[in-house]
Amino acid sequence: MTAEKLIDLISGNLLNVANTNTQILASVVASDLMSDVLTLENEPDILVTGLANTQCIRTAEMADIPFVIIAKGKKVSQQIIDLAHEGDIYLISTHLSIFKCCGLLYTHGIKDTF
Amino acid sequence: MSGITFSYKIDGGDFVNAGKASSEIKRTLKQLNVAQKTIKRVVVSLYEAEVNIVAHAHRGEINVLINAEEISITLKDEGPGIESVEQAMEVGYSTASPSVVSMGFGAGMGLPNMKKNSDYLNVESKVGVGTTVTIKVALVG
Ligand SMILES: Nc1ncnc2c1ncn2[C@@H]1O[C@H](COP(=O)(O)OP(=O)(O)O)[C@@H](O)[C@H]1O
Ligand SMILES: [Mg+2]
Repeated sequence: MTAEKLIDLISGNLLNVANTNTQILASVVASDLMSDVLTLENEPDILVTGLANTQCIRTAEMADIPFVIIAKGKKVSQQIIDLAHEGDIYLISTHLSIFKCCGLLYTHGIKDTF
Repeated sequence: MSGITFSYKIDGGDFVNAGKASSEIKRTLKQLNVAQKTIKRVVVSLYEAEVNIVAHAHRGEINVLINAEEISITLKDEGPGIESVEQAMEVGYSTASPSVVSMGFGAGMGLPNMKKNSDYLNVESKVGVGTTVTIKVALVG
């Protein structure tokens, strides 16, 4: 799915525009545990998290994950938005729960990551 | 063989800046055209080690040496030290505070993941003094 379709699907807000991406999104990891995300062998296209702090952006950067969705309507500070911009990471917020967000992604063909 | 060096100062508790050094090293390795998977192994290890200084120590210094063969990273901190390095290396062992957990760390997965992603990992520690972590990843082969 395209980024536009994803944002529409989860009623998301795109908080920044990164430089790189026109890619098709196919895989996801959902976690509030950044150490766990950092153990993945492969690179998901999307990280869904309930953590709204700078470390979820740093984690995406180190793990080569280009899209971060902050769920549960958590307030996202300008500092987080700026860091995502620097790291060329697309940052999206949604008021949906992690469960509902992932459920929608699942039913639209997005795959798990290991 | 000579190489390029980088040095960073880290403050304990400073979660806002945690990952800055890892981010800069990632940019450098990309410019040097190092393979993506190799860069990921380096920066995942370095980032977990950097977070450990922020999470567990008072202050520290990171020194990075990159040459044609390898990247060698030393993270030296002043802090409480580690009583049993062997125990600290076990998955799930953690003394992290709730504030560290709220940042997405503190599950006792950092050191084991550093071990998995590096070609050489050494942890030396003195209780009440500090900890020195050395990480090496080969850049060739
Ligand atoms: N630099 C350090 N200074 C003091 N203690 C440390 C340091 N690094 C690791 N430790 C100890 O080792 C434990 C395990 O570390 P790690 O595997 O990274 O997990 P975590 O940081 O999530 O607790 C920590 O909880 C802490 O007790
Ligand atoms: Mg750790």
